Formats: sequence, structure tokens, C-alpha cells
Amino acid sequence: MGLKNKPNYLRWIVYLILFIALLFIPRILSIHDLMLFEYGLTFAIVGLGFNLLLGYTGLLSFGHGAYFAAGAYSVAMIAKYLPQAYSIEIVIPAALFFSLILSIIFGFVCVRHTKIFFSILALSLSMLLFALLFKLYHITGGSDGLRVPLPTMFGFSFKGIRRPEFLSGTYYYFLLAMFAISFVVMKGIVSSPFGKALQAIRDNEVRAELIGIRVRRYRLYAFCISGMFVGLGGALWTFVNGHVTADLSHWVFSGEIVYMTLLGGFGIFEGPIVGAMIFTYLKLYAMGHTEYWMFVIGATLIVLVLLLPSGVAGAFSTLWRRTIKGN
Amino acid sequence: MLTIDHLKKHFGSVKAVDDVSLDIKEGEIVSIIGTNGAGKTTLVNLISGYLRPDSGQILFLDKDITHASPYVRIQMGVGRSFQLIQLFGGITVLDNVRTALFSKYGMIKRGLLSADRYSSITEEAIKILDNFNISDKKGLTPKGLSEGDLKILDIAIAFALKSKLLLLDEPTSGVATSDKFKVMDSIVSAIKKEGISTLIIEHDMDIVSGYSDRVIVMHEGRVMAEGKPEDIMENKEVKATVFGIVS
Repeated sequence: MGLKNKPNYLRWIVYLILFIALLFIPRILSIHDLMLFEYGLTFAIVGLGFNLLLGYTGLLSFGHGAYFAAGAYSVAMIAKYLPQAYSIEIVIPAALFFSLILSIIFGFVCVRHTKIFFSILALSLSMLLFALLFKLYHITGGSDGLRVPLPTMFGFSFKGIRRPEFLSGTYYYFLLAMFAISFVVMKGIVSSPFGKALQAIRDNEVRAELIGIRVRRYRLYAFCISGMFVGLGGALWTFVNGHVTADLSHWVFSGEIVYMTLLGGFGIFEGPIVGAMIFTYLKLYAMGHTEYWMFVIGATLIVLVLLLPSGVAGAFSTLWRRTIKGN
Repeated sequence: MLTIDHLKKHFGSVKAVDDVSLDIKEGEIVSIIGTNGAGKTTLVNLISGYLRPDSGQILFLDKDITHASPYVRIQMGVGRSFQLIQLFGGITVLDNVRTALFSKYGMIKRGLLSADRYSSITEEAIKILDNFNISDKKGLTPKGLSEGDLKILDIAIAFALKSKLLLLDEPTSGVATSDKFKVMDSIVSAIKKEGISTLIIEHDMDIVSGYSDRVIVMHEGRVMAEGKPEDIMENKEVKATVFGIVS
């Protein structure tokens, strides 16, 4: 039985303490581990966005790689074709804009359906984008992809600075700030009247319609916001990775987004963040130790679904309620 | 308040609603009874906009709503509950009602401030739950409620939409016999406090006679009889057709 909506200042104090702790991460981690952590942070933003659709609106998309690719390619294309505009304060809004446009177009088609039909449509549309990115070699670099140089940042150029130094300095704090903003904005969205409307649609779309919520329209809003968050994650990811390829729009990558959200738990706000971090390390260490890394990932998913259906964060949350609150 | 004029809805050869005319006055509680397949739920679905009629007219507050969408009817004040309870199972009892209030007041698009910050809405939601005697369960999700409380919450949501006309489809079905009157007491006292016109579909004649101002009897899609509960209970044709009592 869920007890919710109690003012929870303690929760925000914990968030603040964690945020302050994250400020010191570059001093603790090696550059290799810091890069991994940055990958995790970008996926955490992706997870937050993805979960607005899955956890709060009840729509499972197998095509969210498309919006990640939209964000990532926005950065890479500006770097290649408009180098004079290649500064982080321009490319981030541009990535948000293009992922929004793509979300509106794809979302308009997808939200007319639910369940498996929604999932398959989302997957198919992302594969259309994959085909375009893959085949338009002269524009997108095809299977070779595009290189992403270091951007300027608020007028400051990083010429002559190596990527690891860039990532362990200013960029880490920029990324952390973007993550914190994403976190606070998404937290606001899901607890707002708009967020309640999405949850109402998730729980009972017939009743939602009959209390005056325009279900398709709100699904589209959720789809677009979700797409923008994922696009933002994609844009921030490119600076860490330094290279983009069409694979970002492939359904396998979309599957990874689903995987990390399930891993952390889609029924809890912090779940996708936990999932993104675990997935980043799990995938890397699995790949580093065995060529059968996909087996490890697959086996983990099976164990997860059977033993921890509410995900790692969900399981911890349940454990916390049972032991501390006795609920 | 509500006038239905020669309304028809056929499904192939089945005449679900066949030339039905009736009216409901302001603040009146009217029950519709009839055997299974008499057309009661179809009639409610036509009034709420869930189904479109083949012909006839529905006037609500002197406005023709025959072809209006459910959304428009809700905005005008036509609310309904369901035979099978329709709730938002993943959010709290309080949020079930608050979401309806946010929708009613056009605040549902507000997307950054927490719902808790709208204290007037929260207070109003709690007042509604108080009226229905379930405010002590506001922090629970519907999973934690009894069948009777689920029915009450279902109606409280419709009530939160500031409905001027409430359509209640079997409000006590599935509720334990011992709880039926408790549930109806909560519902009717809240309805009467606000002077809401109500159309109830009900099978239980104790409920019908105890809480209705007027009873309409439907049979095979048509209105068979209409009158005060005590008169209907004595109507020979109704007794034979609906209750199976041949005297």
C-alpha cells in the first residue's frame, strides 16, 4: 500500500549532499574512471527522459535511440558544417531543438497507438532514421560516422587541450550542472499537475479522457519532453565520446536505453539514474573480461526480471520502507 | 436540467435504446431500473457521450449536446461513474481527486511546480474526500481500499469535476451487502449537499426506493413506467416484467 505525497525535505537534503559529493569526483577518480562516470551521467539524463514515457505515461518505446542520435548528430553536424557556430552554448539548444522537431514528427505517428503497436512504430521510425544516417554517407559519414572536436565554451577555446583534460576539467562541471538541471526539471514535471495527468493516462486512459484530459495530446507532450531529454543526453555524450555513428539510432541502442531503465527501476524516479550508472560499468567490465559480454547483459536482464522486477533502486526502496519505516 | 427526446440507438437488429424520452429536474435523484439488456447502460453511455445516438436529441441546461464530445459534456457539467470501477491505480486517493480538480480548473498543463504547491486544490480535494467520508485514506493508493471505498472514490472523482448532473452506473455493485447503505449514505449526502441532479442505474430495489425521488423502468430499450418509488413497486406490469412477481 503506497503512502505518498508527504513533504519530503529529507529527500532533497540527501540530493544536495550527493550533488556536493559529485563535485569532488574529478579529484577522486582516475581519468579513465571519470570518463566512464561521465558516460553514466549522460545516460542518466537519457534515463530520466525515457522514464517520463515509460514509468509515468506507460508507453514503452524501442526507438528512443533516434532522439539520442538527433541530439548527437546536431552537435556533430554543426561541428562539421558550421564550425564558426560550434560552441557549447549554441549546440546544446540546437540539439534540443532538433530532437524536439524529430519527437514531434515521430511522436505524432506513435501516440495514436499504445502497447506493442506503439513500441513497434517507435522502433520502425528509429530504424528509418538509422537507414538515412547510414546511407547518406556524404552528409552523415555513413558507417564511419562523424568526428566531434572539442567545442568552445562561453567564448573559451580548448585548442591544444587533449580530450581527457577537457573532460576532467570544465566539461565535467558543465555536465554535472546539466544533469542537476535535468534532474530538478524532471522532478518538477513528474510531481506537477501535468505529471499527475500523465500518470492518470498511464493508469486508466478511458477515465483520464472522461475527466477532461486529452489523452493523445498529453501523450505527445510527454513524448516530446522525453525526446528532448534524450536528445540532450545524446548531445552531451558526443563530447565525451568524440565520435558519432548511425548505430545510435539502431534498435539495439534503443534497447540499451530500455535495459538501463529496467535495471534501475522505472517505478521510481531515481531508478533510471541508478540503472544508467550500473549499466555503463557493467557493459564496460563485461566487454573487458569476455567476448560473451552480451550473454552477461542478457543473463543480468533475466535475473532482474525474475528476481528484481522493480529494478535495483526499486528493490532498495522497498527494502528501505520495510526495514526503516516498517511499512 | 436534462431533457431526452425520442432517443434511439440500435446495434444491428438489437434496439438497445428505442425512442426514449425523459427529463431530470435540478437537484432530483432519479433511478433507472430494468432487467439485463433493458438499455440502461446504453442510455447512460449516450448521455455521457461515450456512444452517439442514431436519432433523437439530448438537451442539457437547454443546450443541444446530442453530438458533443465527452470532453465538452464534462466541461458543461456531465459527470459519470462506472459499473466497473475506473480509477487511477498508481497514484494516491488524494491525487485521484486532485487530478480531476486540476483538469476541471484548466490547470493540468502546469508542468513545473509540484502539485502539493497548489494548496487550495489540495484543500478542496480533501474537502471532497471528507464529504464522502474517505479523507482518512487520502495517502493510500486505491489498492489499499475496500470495494465500497473504491466505489465512493470513483464517484468522488466525478463529483470533483463540479458535475451538475451525475450519472452513476450501479454504484453499489460489488459492494458487500452490509456496506451498501453506508456507501449510498456517503454518496447521497455529498450529492444533496451540492444539489446535484443524479441519474442512478441500480438493481437493488432497497437502494432505489431508499434514495430516489423518482424511478424510471426500462424494458427492451423503451420506458415502461415512471413514477415515485412506492408507486413503481406496486405497478403490476413492472412487478411481472422486472421482478418476476405475478400476482
